[in-house]
Amino acid sequence: MPMQANLQAADTIDHVHEGVIYSPFHRRTSAKNINQQWSVWNGYASTKYYADAHLEYFSTRNTCGVFDVSPMRKYRIKGPDAEAMLNRMVTRDVTSQAVDTVAYNIWCTDAGKLIDDGTLFRVSEDDFWLCAADPNFDWLQLSAVGFPNLEITDISEDLASLALQGPTSCALLKAMGFSGIENATPFSIMRFPFGAGEITISRTGYTGDLGYELWVDPADAELLWDQLFSVGQVYGIQPLGEDSLEMARIEAGFLAPDVDFHGSLHTVDRGHDHSPLELALGWIINFKKGHFSGRAALAKEKAAGKHRRLIKLDIEGNKPAENSILYCDKGCKKTIGYVTSAMWSPVVKANIAYGLVEGQYADGPIWAEIYHQKELRWVRKLAQCTRVTKPFWAPERARQTPPPDC
Amino acid sequence: MSNYDIVIIGAGHNGLACAAYLAKAGRKVLVLEANDEVGGLAATREFAPGFRASVAQTLPQLNRGLVDDLSLEKHGFKLALDAMPTVAMAPGKSPISITYGALSGASAEDSAAYPEYRRLLSKFADAINPFWHKRPPMIADGDMGDLATLGKFGWNLRRLGKDDMRELMRMIALPAQDLMDEFFQDDALKAALSWDCNIGSKLAPRSPNNAVLALLLRMSGDLTDGLPLPAGGAGGFTDALAASATSFGAEIRCGAAVEKVLIDDMSVSGVQLSNGEQVQATTVISNADPKTSFLTLLGAQHLDVQFTHRISRLRNQGYVAKLHLALDEIPTFTGLEKPAGRLMLTPSMKYIECAFDDAKYGGYANELPMEVIIPSLVDDSLAPVGKHVLSANIQYAPYAVKGGWDQHREQFLANALATLSQYSPGIESQVSAAELLTPADLEQQFNLAGGHWHHAEFAIDTWWMNRPTYGASQYTTPISGFHLCGAGAHPGGGLMGTCGANAARAILEDR
Repeated sequence: MPMQANLQAADTIDHVHEGVIYSPFHRRTSAKNINQQWSVWNGYASTKYYADAHLEYFSTRNTCGVFDVSPMRKYRIKGPDAEAMLNRMVTRDVTSQAVDTVAYNIWCTDAGKLIDDGTLFRVSEDDFWLCAADPNFDWLQLSAVGFPNLEITDISEDLASLALQGPTSCALLKAMGFSGIENATPFSIMRFPFGAGEITISRTGYTGDLGYELWVDPADAELLWDQLFSVGQVYGIQPLGEDSLEMARIEAGFLAPDVDFHGSLHTVDRGHDHSPLELALGWIINFKKGHFSGRAALAKEKAAGKHRRLIKLDIEGNKPAENSILYCDKGCKKTIGYVTSAMWSPVVKANIAYGLVEGQYADGPIWAEIYHQKELRWVRKLAQCTRVTKPFWAPERARQTPPPDC
Repeated sequence: MSNYDIVIIGAGHNGLACAAYLAKAGRKVLVLEANDEVGGLAATREFAPGFRASVAQTLPQLNRGLVDDLSLEKHGFKLALDAMPTVAMAPGKSPISITYGALSGASAEDSAAYPEYRRLLSKFADAINPFWHKRPPMIADGDMGDLATLGKFGWNLRRLGKDDMRELMRMIALPAQDLMDEFFQDDALKAALSWDCNIGSKLAPRSPNNAVLALLLRMSGDLTDGLPLPAGGAGGFTDALAASATSFGAEIRCGAAVEKVLIDDMSVSGVQLSNGEQVQATTVISNADPKTSFLTLLGAQHLDVQFTHRISRLRNQGYVAKLHLALDEIPTFTGLEKPAGRLMLTPSMKYIECAFDDAKYGGYANELPMEVIIPSLVDDSLAPVGKHVLSANIQYAPYAVKGGWDQHREQFLANALATLSQYSPGIESQVSAAELLTPADLEQQFNLAGGHWHHAEFAIDTWWMNRPTYGASQYTTPISGFHLCGAGAHPGGGLMGTCGANAARAILEDR
């Protein structure tokens, strides 16, 4: 069986798309998007916030919220060579990933620079889904060279997907009739009959809290939404926009492409891309599993130990250190890096940020140069930063099986 | 189970040369050859009872240095002919004979132009020649040896003198046609001279890229002043290489097909044969083409994504077919007293170009450009007494012919014979046996992916530090202990053993 890439026929592709694409949930999300605040994600209309970003954010911490992840790019890699091909592409050990589990993964260039991250679903021995925020079909095809016995299909349009996140999410799913979902361990997959077919539920998410992602046939999308919101009313369900998700993911410690890192394949200037070692992703680089793309370069970089480091910072005061330059001294004589993401964290009650700094300064004093406005007047301040090694937000319930109150 | 320092996959001329140099330096070397005889494309094989021929036939690129280093003459290597003339043929026109020194039968203008053409090209060839025999430099790493190589390259070009250096820079990427048109007028003469620019590549006279560079590589030999024809076919050369390697202590096993290279913890640990037998070695050198070496023998799972992609994108589809005819008597070629020399059945560059046009789209021409030699005229080891072997390179025979070679073999052979009979009327009646080797046959019989003479196209993008691609161009590869020594490595194809010799030197230096 020759390697097959299932591409859409050229004449069916809207090559110069005029206008926005709508998610299978659009009629529902649009109805709730009372201010019609949209951004564009992979060409799709994606809600920035429905009513109030902070209220939506709090639902992920106190009740539950629903985010439409349908614009994510989803690929199916199937065939006898699928495991070997993916194992060589990503940095974690795919051969030890059990069926019906999900693993957060990254993939790198030959030079060991991060291309993108995503979640790898193993739905059977030789059948995988790879989900990523950005398109990765070209890299999958390149990575499949030399692995003839597999098929790669873009299934982005075949799945409607929602992330249901927050402490009441499990109870809500149970109330919807998905009994047994409380036994799903983090990063596991379960399936239930739903609508005309089936729903796949994975215990995954981008908020760091208890949460699930729900995958259905687009024809059943509105049914899923309606059931969630009718049954979910007593569980405090809220729709989530991008703004609230951004807050939750920063607290959770997840990286955002084009915010915390620049994908290597899109980087023009030398040194502006990143190795996963820089991005504190060393924990998912498995040097013992055998070869994977970029391994030699990463091993060399790790041994040299001179790479930049993305570190978590707790910053004095309450002014978010957005776009701040970082220094090793209060006098700002030596620039050592910059802040990639920053926020005032309502749940941690701390001024948190991620800083990318030169390796030799990671353990020393760090000062952030913060510019903020007071009634339009710009104010500059130097704030001392404390390096944090534990996650900002990692509640016990996110790891418990069954989760509490379920 | 025996242990060797080094296992070499493939006993083609480069594998044998590499083995001989390494064994001479004291390494314990085992050469594993899938076929039942050594030599690869150079092997002289019996294609009909009593009739023998080799796919490769002449030795324009062979160097005295290698012959002496490996004492090949002591091991039976000799020439059947020092300097075979090239004869430009065209139906209805009298032939022009081309030797190193002069043209005969050409117009006064062409004869007058020839010495300057020869002087300039020889000077260029000499300037570049040392670099075919050195490990290509890496540009980025700043290694002193690499910088020295680059420096010497620049110096050699500068030493051509201002005028000739400028001419080299101007001419280096010219299509063959432009080069020939600058010097000569006769169509058949130009076509015959252009042949060596393009033979073996997916190129024709009007193709830009590497025609002149390929010509200079083809002119790199220094065995004689002309075109040397080995005794016993090209197999005479590889048999001597094998004998030399063996005399230095290398072991050669035929009928031993390597199925895969064994990897242990990112390093080579040996090879596994198709019968399941394993041979341990921490150094494995592949004489196979790069695609076979990396994608089949090693496997993409051991390589990075972008490197694998570059290997898989190498252009390795052959365009040359080989024809061997068993002849009952010496054929008569119109206008020639005796069909001695290298007969170029190429009336014009346009004729070659038109044949190329057909091949580009998966077909082949009715009238096929051919390079014909009857080596048995000067070598009685190749045919029974009184009978003869005709050996011809035919362009263009696309590897991926539309519909596959099974359905085209007979027609292609008929076209070749019809073309031949234009120059040698009645030759068909003298043929008692014929062997046609298409690129698909070369692939199948010699484990040569794509059936390409040079394993991968010899072109600007796959030249010097980019041959076969960066990351594998210094006879090392991303896999520790795994090396290339075949035509897919620098300098490229052609019987010279230099890829093998360079690889051996690089491996010895690195230890």
